[in-house]
Amino acid sequence: MQAELLQILLTYLKAFAVGGGICLLAQIIINFTDLTAGKILVYFMLAGVVLTATGVYQPLVEFAGAGATVPISGFGYLLANGAMKGAEKGFFYAVTGSLAAASAGVTAAVVFAFLMALIFKSRTKRS
Amino acid sequence: MKKGNTIFFENKPAILSYAAVCGTKESEGVIGSFADVVLKDDMFGESTFEKAECKMLSTAISLAVKKSGLDEGDIDVLFSGDLLNQIISASFAARNYDFPFLGVYSACSTMSESILLGSTLVDGGYVNTAVCATGSHFASAERQYRYPLELGCTRPPQAQWTVTGAGGLVLGRSQKGVKVTCGTMGRVRDFGVTDVNNMGAAMAPAAADTIIRHFRDTQTEPADFDLILTGDLGALGSRILKDLTWEKGFDISANHVDCGEIIYKVVESEFQGGSGAGCSATVLNSYILEKMNAGLYKRVLFAATGALLSTVSSGQGESIPCISHAVRLEI
Amino acid sequence: MTAKPRENSNQNYLNYVKTQDPPTKHLNNCVSAFLVGGFICSIGQFIRYLLEYAGLSGDELAGATSIILIFLGCLLTGLGVYDRIGRYAGAGSIVPITGFANSVTSPAIEFKTEGWIYGMAAKMFTVAGAIIVFGVFSGVIVGLVYMFV
Repeated sequence: MQAELLQILLTYLKAFAVGGGICLLAQIIINFTDLTAGKILVYFMLAGVVLTATGVYQPLVEFAGAGATVPISGFGYLLANGAMKGAEKGFFYAVTGSLAAASAGVTAAVVFAFLMALIFKSRTKRS
Repeated sequence: MKKGNTIFFENKPAILSYAAVCGTKESEGVIGSFADVVLKDDMFGESTFEKAECKMLSTAISLAVKKSGLDEGDIDVLFSGDLLNQIISASFAARNYDFPFLGVYSACSTMSESILLGSTLVDGGYVNTAVCATGSHFASAERQYRYPLELGCTRPPQAQWTVTGAGGLVLGRSQKGVKVTCGTMGRVRDFGVTDVNNMGAAMAPAAADTIIRHFRDTQTEPADFDLILTGDLGALGSRILKDLTWEKGFDISANHVDCGEIIYKVVESEFQGGSGAGCSATVLNSYILEKMNAGLYKRVLFAATGALLSTVSSGQGESIPCISHAVRLEI
Repeated sequence: MTAKPRENSNQNYLNYVKTQDPPTKHLNNCVSAFLVGGFICSIGQFIRYLLEYAGLSGDELAGATSIILIFLGCLLTGLGVYDRIGRYAGAGSIVPITGFANSVTSPAIEFKTEGWIYGMAAKMFTVAGAIIVFGVFSGVIVGLVYMFV
């Protein structure tokens, strides 16, 4: 029982450290270059794609779980993974596999953003 | 009469009245107790931020006209402009009035440019009265120039905060009140600053250029003025301006004040201070003119600064051309 | 100014401006980015555990986790809380998938005043569109490379 609890705690710790570390890396890049947030997101996503395609990201996902899949590089991992799995099935799936794998995220973003736009208004800020 | 780039107004157009409208955040600062209308919320009872900005501007215009004791029929011309594309706030505010409208765009220096133009017409005897007004709104400027309001991005430490507010004044012929005695037309200066978050550094050279030319054209020096008032350079830009003028042999550090630097109570969280067309307009039309009429300041050089960029130009990697127009106010 | 060549004086000025820049609070920034980023990932891990407990696994589990995180990101954006977190956390709230949700929701809410079709819908992906474009494009390339290499 205690070992199991320790195991769970360790998983959280790993997720925290790796996820935080990826964000820390992005913050350091923002601090020392003039890259804007939008560009950072694209570069990290592309880095996720490249690292997955070269086989580096998969071990990280197995190690850190959500720590590696929740940051935007995890979105790249999803895309590349989908494409790689699709490639085994044939040409059509090689081309469509990446977006099919990411469809959950994109659909959720569109649907929820739409709903929020129905409900909320943007408000002015005080600081 | 003109000398260099400075026009001298021999008939000395007077500021008959002035009015300022400011947002809730601005009301906590130095201008809070001087502004005529303080917004309860930044929507001002309208459905969009653009409509709120337009309503603020027309409120400032109407109030200024009312305080001057004139009828709207006595007003000969309105000079106005704002930061939004195609100066929609100013033009849409102008459709409420029956007097002619001349739209001007000079970014955040719209206030001083419109005073300069209005004084020229009044001084030349072409019109009897002219209204000069401008304003800006934080939320509408933010969505046009930067990002959606709810986007969770960080502000760099150089950034400034667009003022929610509007100010207007009525120029005319009178023996009483603050007079506009001369004005220096600005030149567009561009020292190659491309960082859209660092407006202070981009605008400081334009302000220094205009202020120094004003000193040279009128054979004055900084000590002749009670106040040298710049528009929205912020804390960082003010430091740079003092360095730039000092380099040319004019030490303005003793009497220089920047509207953006003083408008907010706590500069810390607004980083470098306020910016936007409404910044200089609200400060001038409440605090400064009030103090001038009370005799605290007798001679003020008002040099608002404007950054003449658009989202297209900065997207294409262009640097930021800037301008500053100065008018001298005396009592 | 006229005495010096124009380019030269510009460069001098830009160098001078750099010396005047207020210092970025590197340490503060980095610590808050790390903590908030790590915290959001831990929430992701927590949701994963819950869903695993509920009997999900594999692709379904990963998909459901990101759907819930995206919902939270959208909701906090709508409530006007996410930009607060962002101001404090910097990259810590931009890089996680909730930041992606924020970048989709904020323009949708912002531009609905310009109409539902050309405002809300068309501008929804003004910020996040780049991620989809480059993501899909690079995904296709990876797929093709794996197919033929």
